[in-house]
Amino acid sequence: MRRRHVLGAGLAIAVAGMAGSAMAQSEIKIGEINSYSLLPAFTEPYRKGWQLAVEEVNAAGGINGKKLVVISKDDGGKPADATTAANELVSSENVAMLTGTFLSNIGLAVSDFANQKKVFFLAAEPLTDAITWSKGNRYTFRLRPSNYMQAAMLVEEAAKLPAKRWATIAPNYEYGQSAVAVFKKLMSEKRPDIQWVDEQWPPQGKIDAGPVVQAVAAANPEAILNVTFGADLVKLVREGNTRGLFKSRAVVSFLTGEPEYLDPLKDETPEGWIVTGYPWYDIKTPDHDKFLKAYQAKFNDYPRLGSIVGYQTIKAAAAILTKANSTDPEKLIAATEGLTMPSPFGEITFRKIDHQSTLGAYVGKTALKDGKGVMVNSVYRKGADYLPSDAEVAKLRPKD
Amino acid sequence: MAFYFVQFLTGLASAASLFLVASGLSIIFGVTRIVNFAHGAFYMLGAYVAFTLTERFSGAFGFWGGIVVAALVVAVVGVLVEMVLLRRIYHAPELFQLLATFGLTLMVQDIVVLIWGPDDLLGRRAPGFKGAVDFFGQNIPSYDLFLIALSPIVLGGLWLLFQRTRWGVLVRAATQDRDMVAALGVNQKWLFTSVFALGVFLAALGGALQIPRDAVHHALDLRIIVEVFVVVVIGGLGSIIGAFVAAVLVSELNAFGILIFPKISIILVFLVMAVVLIIRPWGLFGKPEAAARRTPGLTVTPWRPLTSGERWILLGALALAAMLPLFAGNYALTVGSEIAIFVIFAASLHFLMSVGGLASFGHAAYFGLGAYGVAFLAKAAGLPMIVSLLLGPLLGLLGAAVFGFFAVQLSGVYFAMLTLAFAQIVWSIAFQWVAVTGGDNGILGVWPEKWAASPSAFYWLSLGIAALAVTVLRVIVFSPFGFALRATRDSPLRSEAIGIDGKRVQWTAFVISGTVAGIGGALFAYLKGSVFPDSLGISLSVDALVMVLLGGVETVSGAVIGAIVFKAANIWLVSQTDLSKLVLGGFIVLMVVAFPKGIVGTLEAIRNRWRSPEKKSALATSRIETAE
Repeated sequence: MRRRHVLGAGLAIAVAGMAGSAMAQSEIKIGEINSYSLLPAFTEPYRKGWQLAVEEVNAAGGINGKKLVVISKDDGGKPADATTAANELVSSENVAMLTGTFLSNIGLAVSDFANQKKVFFLAAEPLTDAITWSKGNRYTFRLRPSNYMQAAMLVEEAAKLPAKRWATIAPNYEYGQSAVAVFKKLMSEKRPDIQWVDEQWPPQGKIDAGPVVQAVAAANPEAILNVTFGADLVKLVREGNTRGLFKSRAVVSFLTGEPEYLDPLKDETPEGWIVTGYPWYDIKTPDHDKFLKAYQAKFNDYPRLGSIVGYQTIKAAAAILTKANSTDPEKLIAATEGLTMPSPFGEITFRKIDHQSTLGAYVGKTALKDGKGVMVNSVYRKGADYLPSDAEVAKLRPKD
Repeated sequence: MAFYFVQFLTGLASAASLFLVASGLSIIFGVTRIVNFAHGAFYMLGAYVAFTLTERFSGAFGFWGGIVVAALVVAVVGVLVEMVLLRRIYHAPELFQLLATFGLTLMVQDIVVLIWGPDDLLGRRAPGFKGAVDFFGQNIPSYDLFLIALSPIVLGGLWLLFQRTRWGVLVRAATQDRDMVAALGVNQKWLFTSVFALGVFLAALGGALQIPRDAVHHALDLRIIVEVFVVVVIGGLGSIIGAFVAAVLVSELNAFGILIFPKISIILVFLVMAVVLIIRPWGLFGKPEAAARRTPGLTVTPWRPLTSGERWILLGALALAAMLPLFAGNYALTVGSEIAIFVIFAASLHFLMSVGGLASFGHAAYFGLGAYGVAFLAKAAGLPMIVSLLLGPLLGLLGAAVFGFFAVQLSGVYFAMLTLAFAQIVWSIAFQWVAVTGGDNGILGVWPEKWAASPSAFYWLSLGIAALAVTVLRVIVFSPFGFALRATRDSPLRSEAIGIDGKRVQWTAFVISGTVAGIGGALFAYLKGSVFPDSLGISLSVDALVMVLLGGVETVSGAVIGAIVFKAANIWLVSQTDLSKLVLGGFIVLMVVAFPKGIVGTLEAIRNRWRSPEKKSALATSRIETAE
C-alpha cells in the first residue's frame, strides 16, 4: 500500500516534470514594455486590450499550435529603465519579440536596443516620426498612425476653414514640437495665405493655463491648433472656456477625441473642435462590433483607444509569428514586411518601405451629449492615404 | 493696457495657489528642519479627498464644506505620519527625514491610483464662482479673483497666529533656536506635531482649492513639490512673507515671460532661484543662519582607515563579485553593471555630503554631463571607446568647476537648492537644444566596442572602475586634503584660523565629486546605448540622495551599500510588481525606522556599542570638550 503510494507520487512528479518541459516547448513568449505606473490612464485600458487579444489567440489554437504568453514589464516612464526591462525580457525570458512602449523617447530607446541586439520590436504607441524615418531601423515596426499621418489628416480638414490667422499651443517636448512643425509645414503648403500669429509652449504636465490662454487671446487668432492632452488639456479647456478663448474661434486638436482625454472633460467639453480620436460608440463595422462585444463582455467597461492599440499590437504579433512560423528575427522581419491583416478599424498593412502600419484614425468634431463629450460626424481616415510618397520616404529613412 | 492688467491678475491667481502650499512647507521647515518631500503628496491627497467630498455633497455648503473638511482630513493623516514615523527620526542625521518623506511620496502615488482609479478626474466648479468678470473686453475668471483675495487673508491669518498667540511665539522661538526652547521646558513633541499639522492643512487646502480649475490625477504631487521648494527658498526659509513675495515674483515673471519667450516656463523658476541665491545667499527675506552650536561631526564615531583584516575581507568580497560571470546569466550581469555604476555615482555624492558636509540636490547634472560627454565624443567625433570613457567625464568636471564655484559660497539647504537649480538649467539645455543634444529624444547608438560588448566584459569593466573610484575617494578622505575638508565641515571658524582656505577646499571637493559622478555617467551611456535628458533629471538626483542616506551619511563609504540595496530592490520590484512604488516606498519607510542612521551607520553603531567600554568613555570626554 505504502509502496504504491510512493510509486504514485514519483510517477506524478515525473509526469508533472515532463508536462513542464513540454509546456516550455509549446509556448511562444512575447515581451511587452509600457509605462504602467506613470500613465495608468492610458495603459490600463491598453493592458486590457492585449489581454483580450491573448485570450482570443489562444482560444483559436495559439501560434501554429503553441500557446502565446505575454510577459509584461513596467518602464516607469524612463528610457533607461525600459532598456533594463528589454534586456531582462530578451536575456532572461528569451522572448521571441519585444512590443509596446508609449512615450516617444522610450520607443526610440527600445528600438535602438532592438537594433543593437538584433531583436524584433513592434512599437505600439510612440508617435514620433523618427522611429520609422530618421532613426528607423530594420528591426523596428510601428503600429499607430504617426505624428505626420495624424497631422496630415487634420490639415485636410483645417485647410477648409476660412481662418487665416493661426496660433498654436503645444507641450514643450519632442511630440509637441514635431506635431506643430509638421502641421505648419503641411498647412502652409495647402494654404500659403495663412499667418502664424502666436505659439505657446507650456511644459508638459505643468501648464499654467491662465497666462497661456490670455497670451493666445491677445494675439487674436482666428483659429488655434492644440497639441496638449491629459491633465494639461483639462486645465487649458477650463481656463479657455471661462475666459472665452474658444468662442467664435475654430480649434483643431490632436488626440482630443480619444476617450482617454475626452471623457475627463465631462460637461465642460468644448463643442466643434476638429479632432482625431476614437468614437467607439459610433463605429458600425462588423470587425469593430466583434471587438466591442468581446471587450465589454470580458471587462464590463467600454474600450479606450489604448484598448485598440493593445489589442491590435498582440493580434499583429500573433499574425507575424504565425506567418513566420519561427522566432528567428530575420524571418519575422520578412514575414512582417507587407503583411496584411484585419483590425477593428479595418484591414491594415505593415509597409515594407518604412515599417509603418497603415492603421488609420477617426477624424470628427467634438460635441456635448447628455453632459458628456463625444465625437460626431466621424470619418475613418486610412493611414495609407496620409503618408508621403515612396520617394520622399526613401530620402527620410537611413539605408539599412 | 487692459490686457496687461488682466495678465497681471492671472499671474496673481497662479501665485495664490503656489503660496498656500509654499507657506505650509516653509512653516514646517522653519520649526522642525524637516525637508518635507511629502508636501506634494499631501497637496494631492487634499485634491483627491476634496473631489470625493464635493461629488458626494452638492450645493454651496457641500462644496466649501468639502474643501475645508478635505484639508482637515489630510491634516489628521499628517499628524499620524508625524507621530508614527517622523518622531522616531528627529535625532537622525540631517536630511534623513527627507528619506522617510520620499518613501511616503512613492507610496501615496500608487495608493491614489488604487483608491480613485487611473483616470483624470474633473472636479466641480465652485458655486458662485463659475463665470468670468468682464474687464474692458478681457475676461477674468471670478474664481481667480477669489484666489487672489484669499492669499492675503491666509497671509494675514498666519501673521496674526504667529505674532499674537502664545503658540505663535513658541513657534517663532523654535524657528530661531530649538535647543533653547527645549531648555525652557516647552514640550517640543506637541509643538512639532501641531506645526506639522498646520503645514499639511495648508498644503491640502491648496490642493483642494485647485479642483475647480485643474484635473485631479496621480502626478499632481511631482508637478508642485519642486516648484514649491524653489518658492520657499527664493523667499528665504521660514519666512512666510518671503514665500508670498517669491510666489508672486515667480508667477508674474512667468505670466509676462511667456509673452516674449513662450518656451521660458520650463526653466524660469530655477533661473530666478539661481540669480536670487547668487545675489542674496539666504533668499529674499531669509536671515543668515546662526553659527551652528552643535558640531555636526560630534555624533560621528571618529573615522579611521580600514584595518588590514577588513581590507582582506573587502578584497575577498570584490573577488567574489568578480566571479559573478562564472555562474550568472546575461541579465544578472547587466544589472550588476548598472549597480556598479550607481555605486560610483552614490559614492561621489557621499564624498561631497559626508566628508564635505555639502548635500547636493542636483548631483545628476554631473552624472548626466559625463554621459553626454561620451555621447558627443563617440557619436559626433567618432572617437574610440577608451578615449571617450577617459575624456567624457571631463564635461562633468567642467560643469562641477563652474557651478561648484558659485554653490560653495552657500551652505546648508541653500547650497542644496542652488545645485538643484544648476542641474535643472543643464537639464533644460539638454532638453531644448534639439540640434545638438537631440532634445528629449536623446542621442542613440552609443554602444560599447567589441572588447567590452559582452555583458561579462562590461561587468568587469564597471566593477573595476567602481572599486577604483571608491578606493580613491577613501584615500582622499584620509589624506591631508580630506582632513582639511572635514575641518571646514566641522568648524569653519577654527579651520580658517589655522590657515585653511575653506571655500577653495570645498570647491576642490565639489570638482572631485562631480568628476567621479561623470565617470559613472560615462559608463552609464555605454551600458544603455543611449543618453536622454533623464540622466540629468531631478529623479536621478533624488535617487542618489536616497542611496547615500540609506547607506548612512555619517559613515566613510556607506553609500556603496546604500546604492547596492536601493538599486537592486528598485530593479527587482519594478520587474516583479505593478505596485513597485508602493512596495519600494514601504521598504524605504521600514528601513528608515529600522536603521535610523542608515544601514551601515546603524550597524557600525551597534558594533561600537559591543566593543570595549573604554572607547565609549573616550568619546564622552571628547563630547564634553567640544561642547564648551
